[in-house]
Amino acid sequence: MPPQKSHLPSMPASTRRTFLSLVGALGLGGALAACGGDSGGLDSGGGSGGGKPTLKQWYHLYGESGTEQAVQRYAQGYDKAAVEVQWTPGDYESKLSSGLLSDNGPDVFEYQLNADMVRSGQIVELDDIVGPVRDDYTGTDITATSLDGSVYGVKIVDDTGFLYYRKSLLAAAGVQPPKTMDELIDATRALDRNGVKGLFIGNDAGVTPAFGGGALLDLVLWSAGTANLTADNKVGFTTPEAKDSFRKLQQLAQSGSILLGAPTDFWDPSAFTQELCAMQWTGLWAMPKILETFGDDVGIVPWPALSATVGKPVTFLGGWTSMVSAKATDVDMAKDFVKWLWIDNAQAQEDFNLNYGFHIPPRKSIAAGAQKLQEGVAAEALRIFNESAVAPNPMWTPKMKSAFADAATAIVRGGGDIDAELAKAQQTVEAELARLAA
Amino acid sequence: MTAVQTPPAAARAVGARPRRRGSMGATPAFWLFMGPFLAGLVVFVYLPIAWSFVLSFNRAQNTVQAREFVGLQNYIDLLTPGPFLDSLWTFTIFAAIIVPLTFVLSLLLAVLLNQITIARAFFRSAFFLPTACSYVVASLVWKLSIFNGVRFGLANQVLSLFGVENIAWLSSVNPPWYWLVIATVRLWLQLGFYIILFLAGLQRISPELYEAAYVDGAKAGWQTFRHITLPQLRTTSVAVLLLNLIAAYQAFDEFYNLLGNSSLARPPLVYLYYTAQGNQDYGHGSAGAMILAGLIVLVTLLQNRVYGFGRPE
Repeated sequence: MPPQKSHLPSMPASTRRTFLSLVGALGLGGALAACGGDSGGLDSGGGSGGGKPTLKQWYHLYGESGTEQAVQRYAQGYDKAAVEVQWTPGDYESKLSSGLLSDNGPDVFEYQLNADMVRSGQIVELDDIVGPVRDDYTGTDITATSLDGSVYGVKIVDDTGFLYYRKSLLAAAGVQPPKTMDELIDATRALDRNGVKGLFIGNDAGVTPAFGGGALLDLVLWSAGTANLTADNKVGFTTPEAKDSFRKLQQLAQSGSILLGAPTDFWDPSAFTQELCAMQWTGLWAMPKILETFGDDVGIVPWPALSATVGKPVTFLGGWTSMVSAKATDVDMAKDFVKWLWIDNAQAQEDFNLNYGFHIPPRKSIAAGAQKLQEGVAAEALRIFNESAVAPNPMWTPKMKSAFADAATAIVRGGGDIDAELAKAQQTVEAELARLAA
Repeated sequence: MTAVQTPPAAARAVGARPRRRGSMGATPAFWLFMGPFLAGLVVFVYLPIAWSFVLSFNRAQNTVQAREFVGLQNYIDLLTPGPFLDSLWTFTIFAAIIVPLTFVLSLLLAVLLNQITIARAFFRSAFFLPTACSYVVASLVWKLSIFNGVRFGLANQVLSLFGVENIAWLSSVNPPWYWLVIATVRLWLQLGFYIILFLAGLQRISPELYEAAYVDGAKAGWQTFRHITLPQLRTTSVAVLLLNLIAAYQAFDEFYNLLGNSSLARPPLVYLYYTAQGNQDYGHGSAGAMILAGLIVLVTLLQNRVYGFGRPE
C-alpha cells in the first residue's frame, strides 16, 4: 500500500492544514539536505551524552493525539542506546527519501517496502530478527515486507479498509449490502436520493493519487482476481477480467450517483458522517468516528467482487513498516532496537495500535487477544482483514503506479479507451520491470 | 559620482591614479557586501543546476549520485509522446488562459486606478493585498470554501438560488470546471502585482503628451489610449508579458494543492516534482528541469528579439 494512503487518513483537519503549509518548507529543507552532505548538523547528535550511543528513529505524523508521547515513552525504555525520535509533520515521504540519500538520515524509520530501496542498498535484511516469529504474522504482512525471499521490514501497524454503509438507508431503498460490482452500481443508483449521494470513493473516483487518493487503483484489479503484477512479475492489468473491471468502475463513476467534490477525501469519514452519502469506502482508522456518529446503524463489507463468478471481495493491507537504514551508525544496534520495540514488546504494540487510533496489531497473537477487536463491527473488521486483505507487491514501484494511475484516470474519469490507455501504462511498467531485472 | 558627469577626455586627463586607488579600496568592500550573496547563489542555485545537468545524463534511481552514464536517454524518454509532453500541453492551455487575461485585466484596472481621485491609497492597497497571500492558503480557500463541490460551497450556494444543481468544481472532467478554479485563484493572487507595474508605467508618461494631443484635436478615451498610453507602456507591457509567461511556466502550488498528481491537468513542474520526489527518479527529473530551463531561456530570448525588452526607447 502506498504510504500516502495511510499517513493522511488519520489526520484531523488542523494537522492537514499544517501539513499543506509545511509542504513547501520541508521540500526546501529536503532539497538543501540533499545537496550539502554536512549541511545538517542540527540533529547529528554525534557526541551523545552519558556515553550511550544514539539511534535516530523517524516517524511520520500520526494524527491521533497521544501517539507522539507514546513513541517517545517507548524510546526512553530502551536502555542500550539513547533514541532520538523525529516526528515529522507534513511531507514525510520527501523528507525521508532525502534523508536516506544523505549521511544524516535515520537509523530506524517507518515506511513501506519498495524494490528500489532494496536494489539501491538503502535498507538491510531483517530475516534474523523476524525469522523466529515469522508465523505470527499474516501471510500478507510477510509478502508486503519481503523481496526475493528476504524480509526487510517489521510491520508496526496494520491498516485496512471497508465499504461502510448505513443499514437504515439501505433498508429504506430496499437494497442489500453489495457483493458484486453490478450490485454496487445498482445500490449506488438506488441510494442516490433526497440530496444524499449513493456512494463516496473519493473526489478522484478512486483513481488519481493525490493526497492519499487513488483508493481503488489496486482494488479494481484484485476484485477481478488479478493484480498489477503477476506472481512472476509480469504485467497483470491487461487481462480481459481487468478490462471488464475497469468498464464497471467507469460505469460506476459516470453513473452520476457517486459523491464528488466533498471537502475531504476517501480517507476521512466526514462525507459519510455528515450524511452526504449512504455508503463510503474508507479505512479502519475511521471506524471509531463512524460508530460514534451512527452507533448500530452501520455495517461493513469488503470491496465487491467483479461478478458472482469472477474474482472475490477484497480489501487492502496498509499500515507502516519499520526498517533499518544501511547507513545506520550501528546496524546491529538498530536491528536490536527494532526487535525490542516492534517484535518483543507486545504491550507497546497493542498500546500503539489500539489506544490512540484504531489499527490492527500486526502480530496475530496480539490481535487475537486484543479486547477492542473482540465484538461487533470491530470483530467483523478483523475477520474481513484476515480473509480478504491483499498485500501490495514491493516490486510495484512509484513510477509504475504513476503510469497506471494516469491510465486509470483517463479511463474512469475521462471516459478514455481502456485498451489504448492500459497499453500505454504497460509500456512504462515493462520498462521499469526490465530496469529492476537488470 | 562626479566622475560620471566629467567628459571622458577630461576624466582621462585627470589621471588614472585616483580611480585605480578608488577601485582598490572598493574591491574588498565589494566582496564584503556581495560575498555572502554570491556564495549563497553559487551554493544553492548554480551548484544544484550544474549537478542537475550532470545527473540528467545518468540513471539516478533512488540516488543523487551520477553512477551510470546513459547519454541522452533521459532526454529522449521525456521528449517522446508521454506525460512530460502532455504536461507542456497543459502548460500551453494554462498560459493561453492566464497570460492574456492577466495582461488585459491588470492594464484595465491600472488605468482605472490611475484616474481615480478619491480614496486612491485605499483602492490601490485593496487590489495589491491578495499578492501578499500565499498560493497554498489561497488554494485551500478556493478548494474548501468557494469552490467546494457540495451544497455548502459558496459558488454552489449562489448557483442553488437559481436552481442549478451542485457542481463538483475540481472533480468534474466534462466540462473541465477545474480550469475555472485554477485560473481564478491565480488571477486573484497575481493581478495586484502587475497592476503596480502598469501603474508605475502610467505615471512615467508625461502629461504634456496628452495635452499636446488634445491641442491637436485628439479625443480623450480610446484614441489617446491607443496612440499614446499603449505605445508609452511598451517596455512595461513586455515586462508584464514576460514575467507572466515565466510565472505560468513555473506554476506549481495551485495545481499541486488543488489537483495533486492528476494527469488531467499536470503542468511541467508538478510532473517533475513527482518524477524526482515521488518516483525518486532524479535522472529524468533533472533532464526535465534542463529542458524546461532551456525552454524558458529560449522564450525569453525570443521575446527580447520581438519586443526589444530592455532596449532604450
